[in-house]
Amino acid sequence: MRVEFKVNGKRHSVEIEAGELLVETLRRLGYKSVKHACDTASCGACSVQLDGLPVLSCRTFTAAVDGHEITTVEGFSKEGALSVVQSALLEEGAVQCGFCIPGLVVTAEALLNENPEPTEEEIKTYLNGNLCRCTGYESQTRAIKKAAEIRRGTLHRNANAQGDGI
Amino acid sequence: MRTSNAKVSSNNRTKFNVVDTPVPKVDGYALVKGKTVFTDDFNIPNALTVKILRSPHAHAIIKSVDASKALELEGVICVLTHEDVPRVAYTRAGQGYPEPSPYDTFVLDKKVRYVGDAVAIVAAETEEIANRALKLIKVDYEVLPAVLDYEHAKDDGAPVIHDEPEISGAYDVSHNIASHYEMHIEDVEEELAKSDVVVEGTYYTPNQSHAMMEPHTAISYFDPNGRLTIISSTQVPYHVRRIIRHVFGVESRVIKPRIGGGFGGKQAVHVEAYVTAVTLKTGRPARCVYTREETMTASNTRHAMRFKVRVGASKSGELRVIDMEGLSNTGAYGEHALTTFMVAGSKTLPLYNKVKAVRFKGDIVYTNTEPAGAFRGYGAPQGMFALDCALDELANKLGMDPIEFKLKNSIREGETSPVFKVMGEGREGVEQIIQSCKIEECALEGAKLFDWYEKKKKPRINGTKARGYGVAFAMQGSSIPAIDMGGATIKMNDDGTFNLMVGATDLGTGSDTILAQIAAEVLHTTTDKFIVYSSDTDVTPFDKGAYASSTTYVSGNATKRAAEKMAQEILKAASEIMNEPVDSLHLENGQVVSENGTSLTYSEIQTKLFYTFKQRQLEVTESFVSEVSPPPYMVSFAEVEIDLETGKVEVVEFLNYVDCGTPINPKLARGQVEGATAQGIGMALYEEHVLDKNGRMVTNDFFTYKIPARKDLKNIKVKFAQSYEPTGPFGAKSVSEIGLDTPGPAIANAIFDAIGVRLRKLPIKSEEVFFALNS
Repeated sequence: MRVEFKVNGKRHSVEIEAGELLVETLRRLGYKSVKHACDTASCGACSVQLDGLPVLSCRTFTAAVDGHEITTVEGFSKEGALSVVQSALLEEGAVQCGFCIPGLVVTAEALLNENPEPTEEEIKTYLNGNLCRCTGYESQTRAIKKAAEIRRGTLHRNANAQGDGI
Repeated sequence: MRTSNAKVSSNNRTKFNVVDTPVPKVDGYALVKGKTVFTDDFNIPNALTVKILRSPHAHAIIKSVDASKALELEGVICVLTHEDVPRVAYTRAGQGYPEPSPYDTFVLDKKVRYVGDAVAIVAAETEEIANRALKLIKVDYEVLPAVLDYEHAKDDGAPVIHDEPEISGAYDVSHNIASHYEMHIEDVEEELAKSDVVVEGTYYTPNQSHAMMEPHTAISYFDPNGRLTIISSTQVPYHVRRIIRHVFGVESRVIKPRIGGGFGGKQAVHVEAYVTAVTLKTGRPARCVYTREETMTASNTRHAMRFKVRVGASKSGELRVIDMEGLSNTGAYGEHALTTFMVAGSKTLPLYNKVKAVRFKGDIVYTNTEPAGAFRGYGAPQGMFALDCALDELANKLGMDPIEFKLKNSIREGETSPVFKVMGEGREGVEQIIQSCKIEECALEGAKLFDWYEKKKKPRINGTKARGYGVAFAMQGSSIPAIDMGGATIKMNDDGTFNLMVGATDLGTGSDTILAQIAAEVLHTTTDKFIVYSSDTDVTPFDKGAYASSTTYVSGNATKRAAEKMAQEILKAASEIMNEPVDSLHLENGQVVSENGTSLTYSEIQTKLFYTFKQRQLEVTESFVSEVSPPPYMVSFAEVEIDLETGKVEVVEFLNYVDCGTPINPKLARGQVEGATAQGIGMALYEEHVLDKNGRMVTNDFFTYKIPARKDLKNIKVKFAQSYEPTGPFGAKSVSEIGLDTPGPAIANAIFDAIGVRLRKLPIKSEEVFFALNS
């Protein structure tokens, strides 16, 4: 069957197999940022936004996104520049191996769109489905907190705290 | 000649230009933008999909394999069994050569030794066809009795797991003993008799899955000149190349792109042999990506260990004796068997160098379970759980504060331990005098920050909740001395940039970044002037790979040497161009500056050398192998809250005070400690393999095998001591592994402090606490 949908604003019309999952279609189309990691919808590495809300592409049928808009991490770095969330993750040392990062970015972007002023507890709850084995999450939470502040204009870009302390 | 303005002092962290600053990762932009940087992201035209048929039995002889139905399926290109691959015994362990691990593995064998062991390799045009083919292969097994419980592996009459004649290096296969080790210093029985207070206990640490987010993945193909090329998510590209040549007799190029986490799990040949077998057979590119289930059940796990510990002290708290008798489960194959066991002693015992007598011995046994391998900490978390908990019990029995007791008996700067010489990795170690050790600062300043003494005065029980406070001490090493070597090449370009080529294998740790920082510091320029290319065996110099807490120290020292040599080359060239003596020149901000005020940029120098003046390419290669392995040190403080009605344990606060010398990049160093702590908390509270009665691992995904998620972790805090290791690059020691050594003991000690029950087996699940409270 043929489905049409947009990825990061670009229109795609693709022939798919019955039962094909969105992660497969996106990777086939070259959106390699969408990761296979767990096979059981439990890690969040395949997260994409479907009409602005985070979904697991490994449990979303491609047929179901016909006529909808998908955003992957590639959609957040406009003309090569990093988004506030991406910059904050990089600056806070929250990107170690980076395999979970695309899924984390699309989830965190959705969080900050939904709730521009999240408490630390709200960040932790929203990101609980994005597993990371490298960081222990602390740097990621710091980064998202910082990104929220920058987006609200309450923290300047270069207010970059030193990393070697508590 | 001045190559660095840095002023060095043994106690105060020196001021640097680039080192000790939190520059963002050099590969960070690509990662955060989701670029195609991981092995499975690469489009290799015409690549076959490779799948592995795995054993449903824990122990069986393969009587026959009938692949005819599978081969009839359109799109199936080949099915390989043990008859189709070389019968060459090897170890999958990626270690220095010759490896201390037994050669007890074949790419495919006529016997299977655990549920998940490889039976056949299938290559097909698509993943779907390959999966269908797996189901069409008929295997006739003669099922054998299996050894699932490692505490019974040596029993009389236990099934023999390795009876093949071709293997070598195993200690006693008739009793399923892969390796054996024993050492002693002085007489432990005599010292036990002299001790006023003695504690005996048996401590268990579990298997643990690395659970890196990127599953094991490799692609192989012939390049246009017919050279076998392997792209692999590996921590040890040079060892992979050597092992592939040993097994298949073929030369290859191994390329490591970005790695989606490894933690030791990728310090072995997993997928590379399968794709190589297919490419050699078919001539076609081959791609194999493990499923999560394969990554969980059929790769490597942490060695589960049991230690029977006896420790004794005088009334005044002088530690007299440590006696540790261990048993380690290496699973079906003996990769890293001896060395992880030895590290359980060699990276724990020297911490308590005031002790009079030490004994450390035990067996590493085969079982019909997933093979164990390297895992961050490499035995030290297992050994330290046993030792630190036993010392905590001893302090308690003595009525001493555990910080005071552990500190009183631990090592200091200028001291040594005879254990350094006695125990190496798979062989004798090296003597070393400790030149940097801030364990006192870590313990005392850490106690202040944690508010240890005030907290200890508080009542433990408040309604249905109990709070407890635990402390644990740790050490690790920095490299495997006199064995592991790393090299670095620096090439200068005419635009003022440098290519830094290293075999060092960045697996997400940030080693590409910190090596660039080290080179930039020496060459008085900035990190962005370094184009780092790591781990391509045809291009970069040799490096042992990413393991044994060695990259910062070994590859860092190699990079520093190479940069220093490059500095000399630049100054020499500038001296010729400027017609001034070298002594009157120095490096500053990407240029050579003369005493008379004139200067030349690096770009100007290399441009002249390319086109107009004594033409040559400036390029240097240096290597480093260490004679010592300076330990980092750490003291960790845990506060736990226990729900007395349910047994639920929550780690409310976890503070690490770390002496890793100079942290080359404080943010990345902090991330290493935070991440290791999270894995350690997982090991302490959640992570465990559960097998069914037939040996099938039922904890084979992220639902059944619980790694900590965001909300499972509270406050992990990290503080670095002021420390400078004179033998390290700009004072650095290792930092990546040590964070995993303390959560187990610190949390177990805190639980004891809260509820007065000593739990000596990890993971301490809430159920265990509940039953302990109610027994």
